[in-house]
Amino acid sequence: MWLCMPDPSGLHVSDLRFAYPGDAFRLHVPQLKIGAGKALALAGPSGAGKSTLLRLLAGLLAPAAGQVRLGPTSLETLNHEQRRAFRLRHIGLVFQDFALLDYLSVVENILLPHQFRGDAGAPARDKAQDLARRLQISQYLGKRVSRLSQGERQRVAVARALVHEPQFILADEPTASLDPARGRIVVDLLIEDARRRGACLVMVTHDPGLLPFFDQTVRMEDFAAA
Amino acid sequence: MSRAAFHLAARYVLRHRLQSALLAGALGLVFALPLCLRVLIDHAQRELRARAAATPQIVGTRGSAMDLMMTALYFKRENLTPLPHGVLGELRRNPDATVIPLHVRFQAQGAPVVGTELEYFAFRGLRIASGRTLTRLGDCVAGANVARQHGLRPGGHVFTSPEQAFDMAGVYPLKMRVTGILAPDGTPDDDAIFVDLKTAWLIEGRSHGHDDLQKDKAVVLKQEEGNVVGNAAVRMFNEVTDANIGSFHFHGDMAKFPVSALIVLPDNAKAEALLAGQFARSREQQLIRPRDEMEALLAQLVRLEGFAAAALLITATAALLVTALVFALSFRLRLREFKTLEDVGVSRFSLITVKVLEVALTGLAAGVIGLTLLSFASFLAPHLLRMAL
Repeated sequence: MWLCMPDPSGLHVSDLRFAYPGDAFRLHVPQLKIGAGKALALAGPSGAGKSTLLRLLAGLLAPAAGQVRLGPTSLETLNHEQRRAFRLRHIGLVFQDFALLDYLSVVENILLPHQFRGDAGAPARDKAQDLARRLQISQYLGKRVSRLSQGERQRVAVARALVHEPQFILADEPTASLDPARGRIVVDLLIEDARRRGACLVMVTHDPGLLPFFDQTVRMEDFAAA
Repeated sequence: MSRAAFHLAARYVLRHRLQSALLAGALGLVFALPLCLRVLIDHAQRELRARAAATPQIVGTRGSAMDLMMTALYFKRENLTPLPHGVLGELRRNPDATVIPLHVRFQAQGAPVVGTELEYFAFRGLRIASGRTLTRLGDCVAGANVARQHGLRPGGHVFTSPEQAFDMAGVYPLKMRVTGILAPDGTPDDDAIFVDLKTAWLIEGRSHGHDDLQKDKAVVLKQEEGNVVGNAAVRMFNEVTDANIGSFHFHGDMAKFPVSALIVLPDNAKAEALLAGQFARSREQQLIRPRDEMEALLAQLVRLEGFAAAALLITATAALLVTALVFALSFRLRLREFKTLEDVGVSRFSLITVKVLEVALTGLAAGVIGLTLLSFASFLAPHLLRMAL
């Protein structure tokens, strides 16, 4: 139940409950709001449920109860295929393990969402090249990702999440494999991109040094319930 | 969407091209084999039937009909007991049939030397492509393949091969004059060297030529009952020339000289039936209809093909199951990859399309390999048949 009129372009969570079958872990998020163009950091110890919450926000996991509203769309009203289509159009995901396709080149990995949206033309390529330049991986565009270092792969994953200009950017520790300087570049890019386009950014991080750059910080300890 | 799926599938197949090529090769081979076998058998059946159908009847010594047919049609040097030449004379008294003798025993340059008469060329429709036909003893006409393989030309010479290298008393090589080369006609005639029947007997030693014993008394060993016997100094000719042709002569009764088989060409069905009846009563000779013998042989071949096809079908089924297993295992190993695509938002339909296209691309490659093998089999069929025969 909404306590106030939601921002139709923001991200809203209310009374979200989730538990893995056969596991003692329980997640309860009474309320969470992120406005358009804002960046939220999810902090907390390992196992606190940061990645689980991110997957719930992306519609990759179905909650036991509660609502996740991304802009005007409530995820629970969408079936499996509709959620996939929604993700492809409106969500940019950075996975903890990057989830890149080893047999594709860097540019092909970056353009993957565009490929399946059917609009991987020149504008998308220009955008991919621009992102690669800003993430300092433009020299690897033609290379297969299997030949890149962990840090380079992580930046390819970030570029893939941003290339189709999604309304919601959900990033799971996108700086984990990067040195502080490069980590800062990535965070700056994510926040700047979200602010410039009016998108919502939710980023999981362990690095307390990055928290001051975010508009909001949520600690998972506050959500985890027995 | 399907373009993206095709792109992804093609990239995966190309990235793993060695594995994909091996899989496609195995599949192509398994599915092409029965078809190749069919192509080869079809070609063999066509060729064997055509040759047999073009030869109405064959007469030979009683024994294996198959050996007689293979000797008369394909010049195989089976261990046939030869017919006496006198049978040819008897048959030629029948005005309703044409009879052509065949003598198949010797070889020259690995090709069978076929002793016959000029009617054989007309009967088979063989045309001289260069040079001229047989004109005298010791001449030969080479089939197109033999001529090409050994560089034979009109005016050249070819030696017959001794039957046994260490048989001092055996048949000596004869240097034959090549007078003509046959135009190719795609039959075993392309692979043979044709000589006159008398030349075949000359090779066999039933005729010979040597120095005139009357002119040089020094080479005479003895004279008895009108026969002059020469000593070891007498020069024997291993080549027939214009100068020495007069010295060649036959010893013995020519009616008893051997022929391997007689091709009989009856003028009509009645003559054919009468001839068949005549030889059915013979204890020494047999008359066969190559068409019937060939059909019996092909029936065996078809039965064998059935077994082979069944074995290949089982192999193909096993290969198909193994391929399905390979793909299933491959897709299972790539669950994380497909999960990534799902998470990015790729639809279930697109994911299935990617998998189907990967299988289809491998199948397409297998098809190309199979068709290549099939074309290769079609191209090789005549050569393989010639080698087999």
